[in-house]
Amino acid sequence: MNNNATPLLSHHQKEGGKLIPFAGWQMPVEYSGILEEHNHVRKNIGLFDLSHMGEIKVSGAGAHQFLQKLVTNDLDLLKEGQACYTVMCHDEGGILDDLIIYLLSSESDRIKEYLLVVNASNADKILKWIEKQKNNKEVIVSDLSNETALLAIQGPNSQAFLQAFTSCNLDPIIYYHGIQTEIEKLSCFLSRTGYTGEDGFEIYVNSKGAEKLWTAFRKKLIPPIGLGARDTLRLEAGYLLYGNDMDEQTSPLEVGLSWVVKLEKDDFIGKKALLEQKKKGITKKLTAFTMLDRSIPRNGYSLYCNNQKIGRVTSGTFSPTLEKGIGLGMMEFLPEKSSPLKEGMEIQVEIRGEKHPALICKKPFVRGSVKYGS
Amino acid sequence: MVPENLYYTKEHEWVLIQNGIARIGITDYAQKQLGDVVYIELPAQESQLKQMTSCGVIESVKAVSEIYSPLSGKVKAANSALADHPEKINHAPYGEGWMFEMEEIQENELKNLLSAKSYQKLIGSES
Repeated sequence: MNNNATPLLSHHQKEGGKLIPFAGWQMPVEYSGILEEHNHVRKNIGLFDLSHMGEIKVSGAGAHQFLQKLVTNDLDLLKEGQACYTVMCHDEGGILDDLIIYLLSSESDRIKEYLLVVNASNADKILKWIEKQKNNKEVIVSDLSNETALLAIQGPNSQAFLQAFTSCNLDPIIYYHGIQTEIEKLSCFLSRTGYTGEDGFEIYVNSKGAEKLWTAFRKKLIPPIGLGARDTLRLEAGYLLYGNDMDEQTSPLEVGLSWVVKLEKDDFIGKKALLEQKKKGITKKLTAFTMLDRSIPRNGYSLYCNNQKIGRVTSGTFSPTLEKGIGLGMMEFLPEKSSPLKEGMEIQVEIRGEKHPALICKKPFVRGSVKYGS
Repeated sequence: MVPENLYYTKEHEWVLIQNGIARIGITDYAQKQLGDVVYIELPAQESQLKQMTSCGVIESVKAVSEIYSPLSGKVKAANSALADHPEKINHAPYGEGWMFEMEEIQENELKNLLSAKSYQKLIGSES
């Protein structure tokens, strides 16, 4: 693992961030403390450096058809400036990555320009995968990861905060929509997206402008938030994390992402396997639970129901909002049933050799200020 | 600076000896490294512990760390206030955030512990 540095590394060091290696990057895990940072985002606002994420532009004639083959969601549904969440699968239907795709511009039905935002841990793999699948010379693939910084402003007060920095009216930018605009006289792509369950924006800017933006925001006393709170925020919101809750061995149907799999669209990689799986029926599913005592579930802990092992925890943490342990687990269906465990059922989490009671529940664990729209 | 009247371990625990009773907690350096403490499992009263064996667990939001008994002996009391308020470990690691007390300790084991000076040197090299 190398130690990539975001353009804001020196700010993280100066401003008291505790740095850890993450997916080959040196990233701040916390500043003032995970609980305080978490609560600040839930109640007010926070600033994230997400420049480790991978950005890949796919453009040119045929870009649309090419990407339609690569991802499970239907890009026909996107209008200019709109984004969608999707996964990319391999032939057997396992998930290579989960990502956001923006339709940046649409010159014609054929000539379109897309931005793919992929996980830092998968960026190299996905770039290679895209190159391998590409068989049309007119499709242009550019890796923009190094030249692109990504800042996020998240929390119920995000819009009021950000509006002061731009002449662009933020009102019409609804969830999963974006616009090319200027902030602090810097050219940016701005979208109403996030990974916290709160209303908020993500700002893509040239790496050279990252410090200027960060400093301008920080001058208005927005607290910086580390990856630690990012993880507790996303889990409370019920969002999945690649590598924990899904990987190449799990299918989108098993992790509750069938809503991003459009089996009715034309052929895409993994479609055949997923159709088959849908027909046969899945036998395990990613399911949410909350602890009934004070213990904290962690990735890898075994899960039981009626003394039978049914799976393992994929993500678990202490929820700062609920003040108890919450988690997601991949759980096999009970032998006598062909459906997932139902809300309200009791399971047990094995923690250091002892079984602790937990209840199956619905996602999200915490409903934030984000307006998902229709 | 770390308090001078205490013994320390390489696992970042402190020991206060008073009238043959050892009170044990984690150091300020340790609580800063851990971050917000949100859960603790302490050894049961009356349990017999061996020096430097695992006897409990302390969890921050992100991580699980083991608690090691700095000495051999019998658990006299655990700080029950930490069950509902584990954040006391962050706020007052040398005070209200103490973890447990031991009796029937073996004073000759104290030589295996670090002095304040040695501990300061240890964290100086780690930080």
